[in-house]
Amino acid sequence: MNTITKDQSPTLIIEDLTVAYRYGDLLLDAVRDFSLQIAAGQTYGLVGESGSGKTTVAMAVMRYLGDTGVVRAGKIEFDGRDLLSLNTSEMRQVWGAEMSLVPQNPLSSLNPSIRVGEQLSEILRHHQGLDRETARVKTLELFRMVQLPDPQWVADSYPHQISGGMRQRVLIAMALSTTPCLLILDEPTTSLDVTTQASILDRMSELIIDLQSSILYVTHNLGVVAQICDRVAVLYAGELVEDAALEDLFRMPLHPYTQGLLDSVPHLGETKDEVQLGAIPGQIPALGARPEGCVFEPRCPLAIQICSQRPPIISTNNGRKVRCHRWEEIASGSISAREIPREFKKEGTEITLDQYENEHGDTILDLRDVEVHFPLRRSIREVIITEPARKVKAVDGISLSLQRAQTLGLVGESGSGKTTLGRAIVGLVERTNGDIDLFGISLPPALSRRDFKTLHQLQMVFQNPEQALNPYLSIGASMRRPLMRLAKKSRREADKEVANLLKAVQLPPDYAFRMPNQISGGEKQRVAIARAFATNPGLLVADEPVSSLDVSVQASILNLLNELQIEHETTMLFISHNLAVVGYLADVIAVIYLGKLMEVSRSQDLFKPPYHPYTEALLSAVPIPDPSIQQGRIRLKGDVPSPVNTPSGCPFHTRCPHFLGDICVSKKPVWQMDANGNRIYCHIPVEELGAKQKNMIKQE
Amino acid sequence: MTWYRNAGTRLLLNSRVSISSEPLSSNKQSSKEPQREPISPYSQAANRTNRIISLFRGLYAKPSSAIGTTIFLIFLTVALFGPLIAPYGVNEQIAADARQPPSLQHWFGTDNLGRDVFTRVVIGARDILALAGLGTLLAVVCGTAFGLLSGYMGAWFDEGLMRLFDSLLAMPALLLSLLLLGILGPSRSSVLIVIVIVYTPIVARVVRSVVLSVKTRGFVEASRLQGESIPYILFREILPSTLPALTVESALRFSYAIFLVASLGFLGVGVQPPNPDWGLMVKEARVHVFQIPWAMYFPAGAIALVVIGVNLMSDGIKRVWQKSG
Ligand code: SF4
Ligand code: SF4
Repeated sequence: MNTITKDQSPTLIIEDLTVAYRYGDLLLDAVRDFSLQIAAGQTYGLVGESGSGKTTVAMAVMRYLGDTGVVRAGKIEFDGRDLLSLNTSEMRQVWGAEMSLVPQNPLSSLNPSIRVGEQLSEILRHHQGLDRETARVKTLELFRMVQLPDPQWVADSYPHQISGGMRQRVLIAMALSTTPCLLILDEPTTSLDVTTQASILDRMSELIIDLQSSILYVTHNLGVVAQICDRVAVLYAGELVEDAALEDLFRMPLHPYTQGLLDSVPHLGETKDEVQLGAIPGQIPALGARPEGCVFEPRCPLAIQICSQRPPIISTNNGRKVRCHRWEEIASGSISAREIPREFKKEGTEITLDQYENEHGDTILDLRDVEVHFPLRRSIREVIITEPARKVKAVDGISLSLQRAQTLGLVGESGSGKTTLGRAIVGLVERTNGDIDLFGISLPPALSRRDFKTLHQLQMVFQNPEQALNPYLSIGASMRRPLMRLAKKSRREADKEVANLLKAVQLPPDYAFRMPNQISGGEKQRVAIARAFATNPGLLVADEPVSSLDVSVQASILNLLNELQIEHETTMLFISHNLAVVGYLADVIAVIYLGKLMEVSRSQDLFKPPYHPYTEALLSAVPIPDPSIQQGRIRLKGDVPSPVNTPSGCPFHTRCPHFLGDICVSKKPVWQMDANGNRIYCHIPVEELGAKQKNMIKQE
Repeated sequence: MTWYRNAGTRLLLNSRVSISSEPLSSNKQSSKEPQREPISPYSQAANRTNRIISLFRGLYAKPSSAIGTTIFLIFLTVALFGPLIAPYGVNEQIAADARQPPSLQHWFGTDNLGRDVFTRVVIGARDILALAGLGTLLAVVCGTAFGLLSGYMGAWFDEGLMRLFDSLLAMPALLLSLLLLGILGPSRSSVLIVIVIVYTPIVARVVRSVVLSVKTRGFVEASRLQGESIPYILFREILPSTLPALTVESALRFSYAIFLVASLGFLGVGVQPPNPDWGLMVKEARVHVFQIPWAMYFPAGAIALVVIGVNLMSDGIKRVWQKSG
């Protein structure tokens, strides 16, 4: 991807670094014996789940550990200097000038009361001694370099006035302003939408080549790593488990954890009928409870006797490093943690979407022109001149139908209205217009008007498992309630049922007596799922149920949802921003943009042309955790328009790469159907679209 | 899946799922991972005594809150057992002993009427703590009810109530109390009503802010989807989450209530003579401050001490609970 200058001495050398945090009188190691070398111009990915210690490593290099963090052992050498021996004033020379950090949360890293341009100029004046005017010119130049639209306007804005993507670009511009030799990026795109992330990553990889800086890219996202890194280090529970060149790592992971990690994420275009996700059982051990031997031993499918001793880090002869007793057997292919065949065959005859909906289906849920508009607060002036309140059109006329035992995946970026639609269906927000029929009976908009029988049939799984359970009620009490209230069971029957439900979500029955703060995030989500299935609902709305979980836990939750759904023949509306996950789990996928549907397709067709221009852009933006896959490249310009002033005609026209001209602005498109019964909302006829578009994902 | 209505595929898929995803926490694991210490004192919600014990342990872990708590406990004891401790009658006048400086007979001396200052401070403690305590309690109950409803219902109800409370809060507490007492006339029950009116809005605001952040959480929405009634949601689902903030706020309000009662007594619009109210005692003794300063300093000191003590204690409660999340 970019040039690695091998003959130069490494920019950063970390040797046997051990970092601990102080908890009361205890010192707990967050990172143990970590070593890494970054060559000049190299982009190093540091991958790990939460609690792996990846951010701790980055912070230790920056010397930002804070009061509780202690470097217990090891050495950090930066550009020939021993970083750990520098005092604060010497570090100040290093910070910014030679080493900079792009943090995860752009809003909290910018001063809210100073104009963005001013903040960058100040750095330039301080570090490079520029005068006011030159600093200003240079600022605009840097803003142009990170492709900020309208640099002058951005420079004159305050941080809250610009979008998240723009803020992140500003921070990158800041980090680059002093042309540092080491740039540390700590999850810089995690809080952004995929389309924004894609264009930032693109620009970043171009800049990396131009600037010849070394980069330490910290992330949990294997897809992003595959896109921009040369070499990858995988961290697990504070230990380096594997370190290899990018292609090697993805082609042949040597550590069971890396193997599991790669198998636990669905790839774009894979569906549940073809592939089984490999879930890693268990969870990352807590800081104070790390195993004595191999840190992965409690979860490792290949663990044997010797694994109770800590494996050393072994350098293989082809420049890789791995920390596993059995790596040679894994390398030779005689054993593997990837026992699940990635492919299995489809059977049965295919029917098209429209046939299915009209002839074969048993319609459970039917939405017709559903609208959810939130009025904005009016100013006093507007009240006086009796101007009608402006509205946020969160959901703006959506028609859909769901068949029995079907999973409909609703995919969209933040602000698309996907969550609002789900909430309008279950009744947590009231729709302002349109009809929703459940089992052919119209649902009242307000939750308070729905009877118990309806509530019984409609349940929801929420995004954040940390907030899904009342922290003051035991797991059993939380789960018992819907059974007693909606299913009218006695306390004893309910308790028995709770035990069964816990078993169904693969948790031990004594969990009923635990409090939510005594179980992990993944387990909380299991309990939440169990609670939702308790009344055996006809329709389950799952709102991003895995997005706040670690990758290795996600797979088991997806498998669980799938299994329970099949068993109960539940219809599911699965809402997510993650196209790969939706594509995997759903039978039908609906793509939503600015409160309007853009496309409704069978999941196996979504990844082949013709697709809606917006879907096309989404597909090309999703980071794919496989460097051997060639992805089409379509980047959207600008940001999503505000849902208050939605564009006229086709809502996507402000950003559409296939923009036709006036007709897209003035006239609303019509729904078009392709040969498979998939529907696309666009002025361009499907045949023409199909001819224009190529396959977005190609195996090399 | 649904495209291939084929039971074979389904069964196959089904069995694969159950084979590959092992229980998250099999027994093998839980034995390996040492049981984590419960992090928060509420994890043993069932065990209330434990909670209180751990709170006190936390309070005594730091000198400032330890001192505050001790001061409060001493005053509480004095208030509870006042008549047993007091050596004389409250209004017993010993003319011969008038204007005595502190001595073994009269620890805090006597005032110009020959009343024992120590006795009056001790008995006064009961009065003031009871009045301020009851007032705070009522204010907390009203404030919690309003705060819960206002936060949960939102819309015009919230809007109206909060504007009303804002207008009450806009006035300084003392000024508002004087106004109210001007209407109600000075008496003990008037002071009680004043405390409730002055502090209800403050408590309601605190509770409301917690409700606003809690009501959008999954567990509250889940219980709405279960068709729970509003009282159940308010009291079972939401109320427990407000308790930490509410307790801290109550303790703080209590210390200000003591101050308010004393101030009103001092201004002569609160508790009326001859009750041994500390504020009133300061007011009466003020005239003779150069001749018998002890008659003023002791009740004034008592006010200061108890207010500081309760304040330090509420700070301590906040620290203990914030640390435990
Ligand atoms: S050392 Fe043993 S337990 Fe650890 S990863 Fe290797 S095989 Fe698994
Ligand atoms: S209607 Fe026009 S703007 Fe909208 S998606 Fe189609 S081509 Fe693009």
